[in-house]
Amino acid sequence: MATGSLPKPASGWSLSPEDKPILIAGAFILVILAIGTAYTLATQGTASFLSPVYLLQQLQVGAFLGIVAAGAMLVILLGHIDLSIPWTLTAGAMLGSAIGGPYAIPVGLAVGMVVGLVNGLGVAYLRVPSMIFTLGVNAVMRGFMVMLTGGYAPQSTATPLMSYLATGHVLGIPMPLIVWAVLSVLVVLLLQRTSLGRYIYAIGNRERAAYLSGINTRMVIILAFVVSGACSALAGVLLAGYSSKAYQGMGDPYLLPAIAAVVIGGTNILGGRGRYLGTVVGTILIVLLTSVLSVMQMPEAGRQIIYGLVIILMLLVYGRQRGVIA
Amino acid sequence: MNDLRLRLSQNLGLLLAIGLFLLFWLVYNGLHPKGFSTAVLIQNANESFVIGAVAMAQTVPVLAGGLDLSVGAVMTLVNCLASVLVNGSGWQMVLGMVVCLAAGALAGWVNGAIVVYGRIQPIIATLATGAVYIGIALFIRPTPGGEVDGDLSWALTNDVYEFCATYGLFDDGEAAWLAPFAWIPMPLAIMLLVIFLVWIPFRNSVTGRGVYAIGSSEGAAYMSGVRIDRCKIAAFTLAGFFAGLGGLYLALQTSSGNADVPQAGAYTLNSIAAVVIGGTSLMGGSGGAICSLIGAMVIRAISFNFRIFDIAPLLQPLFEGIVLLGAVSIGAARVFRVKNRLELLG
Repeated sequence: MATGSLPKPASGWSLSPEDKPILIAGAFILVILAIGTAYTLATQGTASFLSPVYLLQQLQVGAFLGIVAAGAMLVILLGHIDLSIPWTLTAGAMLGSAIGGPYAIPVGLAVGMVVGLVNGLGVAYLRVPSMIFTLGVNAVMRGFMVMLTGGYAPQSTATPLMSYLATGHVLGIPMPLIVWAVLSVLVVLLLQRTSLGRYIYAIGNRERAAYLSGINTRMVIILAFVVSGACSALAGVLLAGYSSKAYQGMGDPYLLPAIAAVVIGGTNILGGRGRYLGTVVGTILIVLLTSVLSVMQMPEAGRQIIYGLVIILMLLVYGRQRGVIA
Repeated sequence: MNDLRLRLSQNLGLLLAIGLFLLFWLVYNGLHPKGFSTAVLIQNANESFVIGAVAMAQTVPVLAGGLDLSVGAVMTLVNCLASVLVNGSGWQMVLGMVVCLAAGALAGWVNGAIVVYGRIQPIIATLATGAVYIGIALFIRPTPGGEVDGDLSWALTNDVYEFCATYGLFDDGEAAWLAPFAWIPMPLAIMLLVIFLVWIPFRNSVTGRGVYAIGSSEGAAYMSGVRIDRCKIAAFTLAGFFAGLGGLYLALQTSSGNADVPQAGAYTLNSIAAVVIGGTSLMGGSGGAICSLIGAMVIRAISFNFRIFDIAPLLQPLFEGIVLLGAVSIGAARVFRVKNRLELLG
């Protein structure tokens, strides 16, 4: 409250600044669905966007992005960023399916955690800016994978369990959606109910203060990167199951949408503020936007432009910073 | 003496980059069958120009404490624009090139305006505008193609002598006074012109100093009366201009335009790597475009050596990554000498 006025008394209807982005993004999802429905009604005479089958299918596709975004959010809350997502995801998928058998998924996740550990060590101990260190780790992982596979899609196929987790259904609900939901509950518990979660917010707000209050900031940073790596690898393992095998560059389309989903959900890119629900809403928004545009047969050029404009528009509405940060 | 030592210690990153570049480049030339010849120099300069220009573009917002994730997209946009415009009669081509550079600067200005007036974090604002610019590039050139004037392309990607010979300047480049400069590759000459006519005047201007001041401490700069808004917009506009220059040159080099999305992303990421290797702080306030140019040359010199040592193309990404990580980790080694960890925390 820089204006000097008294803070407004909290009434039942007042919105915390962190709820506003979630509500606006939620409203925008409805707008996207309305536009898509109007289009299909006009061209095909059906409201296919509103059918539960279509929506569940979209959520199934969105689950992969949502899992990546969950990990990316933890790192962004710290005020860092994880650019190693694409090849962590690919490495998890490739090595997981290469090992095969019952160990496929644990190995895939372990790969992600090791990458996250390296990221965390570089950022926390060497204090290299996370943007550049994770970029380098991404290049190294890409190098390793290209070396191992010879630059082609590996021959090994996904294990039945991976395929089941990616394409199976329980009571009509797609499995990836269930995995995403379980992960989401865990992340919410982590952020809201554990001291680690509180430490993450504290470091994102002011690392110096967090350190002086006795928080082992290095350990928190490392853990956040490890979780982020594990999330990327989990998405990779599921994605390999979804398309029955791992392939080169499978992670590339996930980095920027994941960051966009986190930011559209109201998380401050500089860290310290943001709610997990926002990231879920942001993910759904991006997935539906992509889907509606492709149903409308928008060419790639138009899709890119609309995609960029939507991010700018959403942030102009609620992402504005206040004044000079001294 | 103390002054010299202070200056050296302040520019340790840059010195490391110069050392790395000389090492890789001398090894390359030493082992190349035609090493240290004009032909090799021209080839190297051509291959380094675009990444150098994009790295310089990235530097300016970084100096102001921001980051521009749209430099690769602006480069691609101008590349596609140039493949349409840089053709026809002499004046049309000149006008086309001016329009291309202006389009790059305009794209940068839009970035700056969104960051300043929209008050959106630069990193996320430019992520979004980058998507828009790539979209426009795809509209201009849905499939790779287009054409750039062959003479112009030849003249600007060779040495000064060929440039003069192509356009009949200075007795077809045979003028006696020109002889000492005739071997200079045109890309190097253009880069020097840009540095002396654009970058150094900008850095020494009130606005340019303001950019450094904002990067050091935005609050302090504001309190001292630095025109924050103007400086930030100028920084992004100049970034757009440099990126546009890179895109224009890429069009001359390849005689075509290509709205290649992965390539745009790779240039953006490499530009950040070049900035860091060159010794510019990602926090802003120290470094400069020349440092980043050298950083970009280090990255290119490393890949030149892949050809000499016949390293399998499959291993190249691994080497690039390890060198990048190694360079930033060496630069970070000072961390272990710091006794009070509070000095490291922001």
